[in-house]
Amino acid sequence: MSTLLSTLIMGLSLGAIYSLMAVALILVWRSTRVVNFAQAGQAVLSTYIGLEIHRMTGSYWLAILLSIIFGGVLGGLIDLALVRPLLRRAGSGPEAAVAPVIATLGLLAVLQGVSGMLWGGELINFPSAFSTAGLSIGGSKIPFSAFDLFTVGASLAVMLAFSFIFQRTGLGLSMRAAAFSPEVAQLAGVRTGRVRTIGWSFAGAAGGLAGVLITPTTFLAPNSLDLLLVFGFTAAVVGGLESMIGGALGGLALGFGLALVLQYAGSSYTFMTAFVVLLAVLLLRPQGLIGKRSGRRV
Amino acid sequence: MLRIDSLTTDHGQVRAVDRVSFRAEVGSCTAVIGANGAGKSSLLRTLSGLVKATSGSASWGDVDLLKLPTSEIVRHGVAHVPEGRSVIAELSVEENLTLGALWRGKDPDVAVTKSEVLDLFPRLGERLKQGADSLSGGERQMLAIGRALMARPKLLLLDEPSLGLAPIVIEQIFHTIDTMRKATGLTVVLVEQNAVSALGIANHAIVLSLGKIVASGEANAIASDESLRHAYLGY
Amino acid sequence: MVDVSKRPLHFLSRIPRPVRVLIGIAIAAFAWVLMGDRVSEFRITQGSMVAAYALAIISIVMLTGYSGQVSLGHGSFLAVGAYACALFLVNLHWPIWLTFFISVIAAAIVGAIVGIAAARLSGPYLAGTTLAFAVGVPSISGLVNILGGEQGISWDAAEQYGPPSRYGDPYMFLNKWVYWICGAALILGIALAVNITKSRYGRIWRAVRADESAAALAGINVARSKILAFAVSAGFAGFAGAILSVTLSSVAPSTFGLSLSFLILTGAVIGGIRSIYGAIVGALALVILPMLSDMIASNASESIHTNLPGVITGVLLVLTVLFNPGGTAAAFNHLAHGLRSKGRRSSH
Repeated sequence: MSTLLSTLIMGLSLGAIYSLMAVALILVWRSTRVVNFAQAGQAVLSTYIGLEIHRMTGSYWLAILLSIIFGGVLGGLIDLALVRPLLRRAGSGPEAAVAPVIATLGLLAVLQGVSGMLWGGELINFPSAFSTAGLSIGGSKIPFSAFDLFTVGASLAVMLAFSFIFQRTGLGLSMRAAAFSPEVAQLAGVRTGRVRTIGWSFAGAAGGLAGVLITPTTFLAPNSLDLLLVFGFTAAVVGGLESMIGGALGGLALGFGLALVLQYAGSSYTFMTAFVVLLAVLLLRPQGLIGKRSGRRV
Repeated sequence: MLRIDSLTTDHGQVRAVDRVSFRAEVGSCTAVIGANGAGKSSLLRTLSGLVKATSGSASWGDVDLLKLPTSEIVRHGVAHVPEGRSVIAELSVEENLTLGALWRGKDPDVAVTKSEVLDLFPRLGERLKQGADSLSGGERQMLAIGRALMARPKLLLLDEPSLGLAPIVIEQIFHTIDTMRKATGLTVVLVEQNAVSALGIANHAIVLSLGKIVASGEANAIASDESLRHAYLGY
Repeated sequence: MVDVSKRPLHFLSRIPRPVRVLIGIAIAAFAWVLMGDRVSEFRITQGSMVAAYALAIISIVMLTGYSGQVSLGHGSFLAVGAYACALFLVNLHWPIWLTFFISVIAAAIVGAIVGIAAARLSGPYLAGTTLAFAVGVPSISGLVNILGGEQGISWDAAEQYGPPSRYGDPYMFLNKWVYWICGAALILGIALAVNITKSRYGRIWRAVRADESAAALAGINVARSKILAFAVSAGFAGFAGAILSVTLSSVAPSTFGLSLSFLILTGAVIGGIRSIYGAIVGALALVILPMLSDMIASNASESIHTNLPGVITGVLLVLTVLFNPGGTAAAFNHLAHGLRSKGRRSSH
């Protein structure tokens, strides 16, 4: 099997996870106008919880399930405890613009610190329910395992579900309306606070799933998901922060790109590449490859 | 019945609404007129909960409006169309309308309401799938009102519907409001700078200046009071 | 009517401004040296660190507090300044004040380049990009050989910029000498920063921060002012990086990672993101925090020990943002305001 093809296949499962992270970031962005840097910390903590569940019960499925549920609950709690008061105080001036960024960064530090305190800093191996050995098709091995298949399948399922909810359901309409015009939405009867909390829960759950999907092939440590955050953010920007499909496609594209870099240039260049891509998109096409150019409404 | 008693709202140091009291009978149309900055919008925004009242009371039937969070008023039959084109430009026309009835959940009547609204504003029906940002000013106002009507309100608070619209369009919209009110017994509170048009379809009128009521009474009486018009309405 | 002439310290405003500035500088310098004479060697080193942090925080205050742009990657500008200083010191043996100058220029140039990119971005895009920058630059410096790779560069401080012999054995006095250098840098930095922010540029930045479109309509070249802000801010950060490297007598990529950028931001938020003098409070907090954390965790396990500072920092940040977004400077202003108006009332 040609190196190129196997590289691209590797890129597929990477891309799936980046897409998931991107979608979680976009979800929070579209419902709250905040980029949640704490996403990495939430995902890490959720994954550690999954690890504990696995240690206690030996069941991988239970671990995934509880990671997701914990991620969702944590996301909702963060909205109630942090975002709600933050939005209430939204004034103007540099404090208001910077406040959500600082708050989510602070939260990131707390979540990573707490994870470190409870589980220590050493790298842990996370188990997986499927074999991570390459599958064989027609006698030759491809660098795509049953686990990769599961990863891609799960990510796809989640993204399709989110997309469907966002675009086709009443809840999704409420979320979009609340994000674009909270006042008008409230006058129309949308309970914007509740809707936003749901958005954060969904995003937290998606982050938890992403964490559980990526750690078996790498490792788990309090800041092991920082890179995933940066890649997820890059993917979201490439797709244009406003569209989940865009984020998903961006994740896929980034996955392919980084796989190629990994194969032909080495792992120390992956980060640089992502950074260059990020910069290029932001400078040349800030609305992302999919987004519509929007001006400021005066 | 809409009961407002000594309602006062402060905006920082400025008293935007100053001990305003009036009544609006069910099925009537009350025009709230006055110059720019007179406190008309603040009055409506206080009723719908977008700003907090400082003192006084306001109730619709047996519901205390001042105690309700904004997202709940619609569930008690009160719809507020704020000033400016209050449509959500990023959504489609149809989505804007659907938004207005989301709180009604799976009520099968929603479809009926929707066709009624589209009968009232056929132009919207032609553009259902288009983005709301592609509508003209008049169409956007129709969409905003249509969205409010999707909630089947009993009390409709309209804030300057004529702002920025051509006279023909204004006439059309006001005519629609008037006809609809008479047909359904809707209570309307109509805030307007365009006093002529507002007084044309109102039963009662109150004139605000600097947050206070300076005159109130039958719409015809206010309309024919020349000194009043010169002093507070600019014509 | 309040009788202004009866207000305490009113006579100070009769002294011409340049003289007041010089007196202020003299008092600050005197206080700095005095403190250095009263404390242990360890505290003297901490003092130097406070100076470095304070300068770094001032750079954030100018960029975010005045110009309204968010940068999560300022650690990289410190790195540029630090490495520039190190290279010219070690390879070309330039005198230290000249290397400081180079550090500032080098960082400012990189800042201008970043500023050109940043001027087009805002909000989360700017934040995310600077975040990527913060992680990226240190990793580059680890790869390039002339910069010493992962180990970095180190040198003998006494040899390069040691104290003159009239102070006795250069190695004994070194710590305090470096502390004096840092103090001079800090005072100079504060004077410059106050000057710039009070100048036309400071006003332009604030106008742009408040409302870009309005500023543009008023004839301000918004992009240019933003780029200038980035360059100036980076210059200060480079200066901070230079004195940091002088204090540590070394540079290495690991010093300038994401945690440094995060730390500086924390100090800025605690001190007050609009306050130059608040930077000192922020810097003190940054130096005291690890000590506090050690005290609390003194008997606890290692994992708690390593992670507690991060948790305390994070909690502090979140609480500050929620309950006191203006930082200690705002709290101080409130207090001063309250005292002043009480004073006025009592004179009636």
